[in-house]
Amino acid sequence: MVSFNLLLLVSLAYVAALFAVAFWADRRARQGRSAWLRSPLIYTLSLSIYCTAWTFYGAVGYAARSGLEYLTIYLGPTLVMVGWWWVLRKLVHVGRAQRVTSIADLLSSRYGKSNLLGVIVTLLAVIGTTPYIALQLQSVTLSFSVFAAEWPEGFRPPGPDATAFWVAAGLALFTILFGTRSLDVNERHSGVVTAIAVEAVVKLVALLAVGIFVTWGVAGGVAGIARAIEASPIAAWQLDSARWVSLTFLSAAAFLTLPRMFQVLVVENADERQLATAAWAFPLYLLLMSLFVIPIAVVGLGRLPEGANPDLFVLTLPLSADREGLAMLSFLGGFSSATSMVIVAAIALSTMVSNNIVLPLWLWLRRDRPGASQSGDLRRLVLVARRLAIGAILLLGYGYYRFSGGGAALAAIGLISFTGVAQVLPALLGGLFWRGATRTGAAAGLLAGFAVWAYTLYLPSLGEGGPMSAALMEQGPLGLGWLRPQALFGITGLDPVVHALFWSMVANTGAFLLASLLSFPTPLERLQSAQFVHALAQNSPAPGWIGGAGGAEDLLILAQRIMGASEAQALFSAHAARQGKQGYLPDPTAEFIEALERELAGSVGAATAHAMIGQITGAAAVSVDDLMAVADETQQVLEYSARLEAQQAELARTARQLEAANEKLTQLSLQKDAFLSQISHELRTPMTSIRAFSEILADAGADLAPDERQKYASVIQDETIRLTRLLDDLLDLSVLENGQVSMDMRAVPLSEVLERALTSTASVIAEAGVEIIRDRASEGRLLHTDPGRLAQVFINLIANAVKYNDSPGPKLEIRISEHPGCLLVDLIDNGPGIAPEAREMIFEKFSRLSDQAAAGSAGLGLAICREIMERLGGSVEYLPGQGGAAFRVRHPLRENLA
Amino acid sequence: MGRKVLLVEDEPNIVEAMGFILSRDGWSVASHANGETAMDEIRRVGPDVLVLDVMLPGRSGYEILRELRADAALAALPVLMLTARGQEKDRALAEELGATRFMTKPFSNADLRKAVNHIAGED
Repeated sequence: MVSFNLLLLVSLAYVAALFAVAFWADRRARQGRSAWLRSPLIYTLSLSIYCTAWTFYGAVGYAARSGLEYLTIYLGPTLVMVGWWWVLRKLVHVGRAQRVTSIADLLSSRYGKSNLLGVIVTLLAVIGTTPYIALQLQSVTLSFSVFAAEWPEGFRPPGPDATAFWVAAGLALFTILFGTRSLDVNERHSGVVTAIAVEAVVKLVALLAVGIFVTWGVAGGVAGIARAIEASPIAAWQLDSARWVSLTFLSAAAFLTLPRMFQVLVVENADERQLATAAWAFPLYLLLMSLFVIPIAVVGLGRLPEGANPDLFVLTLPLSADREGLAMLSFLGGFSSATSMVIVAAIALSTMVSNNIVLPLWLWLRRDRPGASQSGDLRRLVLVARRLAIGAILLLGYGYYRFSGGGAALAAIGLISFTGVAQVLPALLGGLFWRGATRTGAAAGLLAGFAVWAYTLYLPSLGEGGPMSAALMEQGPLGLGWLRPQALFGITGLDPVVHALFWSMVANTGAFLLASLLSFPTPLERLQSAQFVHALAQNSPAPGWIGGAGGAEDLLILAQRIMGASEAQALFSAHAARQGKQGYLPDPTAEFIEALERELAGSVGAATAHAMIGQITGAAAVSVDDLMAVADETQQVLEYSARLEAQQAELARTARQLEAANEKLTQLSLQKDAFLSQISHELRTPMTSIRAFSEILADAGADLAPDERQKYASVIQDETIRLTRLLDDLLDLSVLENGQVSMDMRAVPLSEVLERALTSTASVIAEAGVEIIRDRASEGRLLHTDPGRLAQVFINLIANAVKYNDSPGPKLEIRISEHPGCLLVDLIDNGPGIAPEAREMIFEKFSRLSDQAAAGSAGLGLAICREIMERLGGSVEYLPGQGGAAFRVRHPLRENLA
Repeated sequence: MGRKVLLVEDEPNIVEAMGFILSRDGWSVASHANGETAMDEIRRVGPDVLVLDVMLPGRSGYEILRELRADAALAALPVLMLTARGQEKDRALAEELGATRFMTKPFSNADLRKAVNHIAGED
């Protein structure tokens, strides 16, 4: 008799051994000594998670109930593996090339990196897998109860619920420890995979051992088995071809779409060549697993009492023969089948939940915070999300187990699960083989199939306590008979699974095809579809661009990147013109794209150009191989072109600066020429008079009348003074312009400065008879200024006003007004004013408006005024609209000078 | 009083000096200070020699010269260009436009006399 303690001890020892194996393999992998971990043997054995407790226990029960039909469960995967060249090879290749982390990720990636699809597939997977996990818990609980039946009356082992709970908790712990240990880029879990390979061996050995014992130890060899088969109901079994085909299809579909199978097949795959080995080795494994199913079933049916659960023959047969050691081994086989499935399923589902639901949600919530995706929080978030997801998934499985009461036959639950996850198949195959498949199509197919599956199979499986009442099952919703969950459209007599599979697949595929045909893919979808569908295509030497869908604008951006902006635009414009199109964007015809590719190839090489254009046009000539082959090159080219772009921009900037500098220099040079020319003129003009009159005085002085002599002498004198003043002004301006002059700042009242200026100009004012109108009340304002320089400004302005005012009653008004921060002194005369077009010029050097020497200035006065006012922090400007000429002097005020 | 010279020049002191020198040399001297109305004055006065300053208010001596040479009646009029700017390109421009003689200010009285007489063909 196997005591509870022994059973518990063995179970715990077994689990501990698994821990040790996983830990050891993880460490080896981390040390880089994992070559053998990547052997095809480990890969093949890891695929054995297909054989769960359902297969281990359930296959025998299935055979006992339905004869050879159990073989369909093995037949589907065998077909997939044998036919690996067509589907599996591509699936694994694409999965690895696109670095997908789960089947949800694969579909999301294929259909334009759609979040929506990721979420749908994740939910589907979680819902579809939950019964399956419940099934594993149930099988472990059942196997416990087999032993419990032999325990003494007084001993009270934990109830089935408690057993299931503790098994679930233990598995959660193991999965969290080894499944979420690190966040690898490739999502591979060496420890877990190795542990699963070990479990594969344990369950095979256990089943074979039981089979051998039953065949040769109980039935008396092959002949005995043959006789037992003859005597059993299995001999009378008739092939139900509908069920046979359906179930084979179903198991093949499930093999490809079950999250845990995808995990081991694609995600954990380290080398695509392993597939070639697994293609024959895994069917062999399945063959060995199924070899003794019929013998165990018939012997069990023959030997064990009526009513014994055939699902447990694997355990009860050794026990009935008092082979407790064998029973223990068998128990471990079932236990390992259950645990390996739950562990991998939990890893796969938690990856999906974290990557397709939690992360997008988190990024969406933090969309306003740029850089969030780069923060270190993310890794932690992913791991925490996965750990929580693992716990939640096992809790869900446990909840389903409790809810469904654990009564249904193992195989039935398995088939419900299979049908659920098989809904992914149309979108998956369509994604791999049909360019026209779109995200909308995939979503529509998934949702339609999922809805039909839930309505016809899943919800009814929850039984009377579930949402589907007996009345609804019998008469359909609202009495609509054609909507009866298990007889849609009045088709009755079908097995519920076949019925559900048929209708869900019809709805799924129909919606998928129809919506795909009616919807338009986004550019990213197009790109991804090319990468998926043409994943294995060979690179043909000169493929044509057929049906290119990329926009001319994208092509232009690409071309600009490589060829430079102007060349690219020239090329595009030329082609647009040749096509007779307006503007610079030609239609992306095959001819144009080929021409463009040739152009680009000249810069970046043929392969790169081809792949780059392919990326944009999504046209038929690109393959993932192309892209992979040139990925590095492309990256380098992009970096290179980005560098070129930067350099180009810098060059352009430098060129612009040079141009501006050159322009400025040219202008300066012109200004210098004009200035020198002006200076020359201003100097030579008085000199001409001086020379002429001095020669006259020298040559003919004696002939001249005294007053003439006097007059000519005074002309010479005046012109000399004019020359001196010109030189003074020039030096003054030069000093002011170079900023070499220091202002002698003092606090003085404005009146003092004005007084000084008016005194200096008193003689000209008096001569011209100009009336000066002052505002003495406002002149007391204190200014922080250089009084000499400011007076110079006023002298210039007053002199100008006097000089150019030719009206009969000349006046000059000096208005003063105060503004925040500045004092305004306006000098307004009643003369002719200055023409608007000249107002800009008057502050320039030598901008005298007429050459009248009578004005007696060199035209530097206003230029000097402007320089002085700028140095004082103020300004001087022409004030239009005052009748005569008006100038405004703006002087800054310092508040502390009250 | 056969020989007439017209001085188109805006600096009154220079006009006075040139007028003094040329009138002592036997020239009948007229002057005009504005560039804009200079052409009318030239036609009105009908000088034998024209002394033309470049920098004039209203209109430059170059423009006056160009118009002058385009006018059949005045195309042959001897013109002495005066400029205070004294750059080589000013001389080149003046000659290109058909100035008979070009002088840079300041100049000696003797040179002025010689130049005017020379272009008048009475050297």
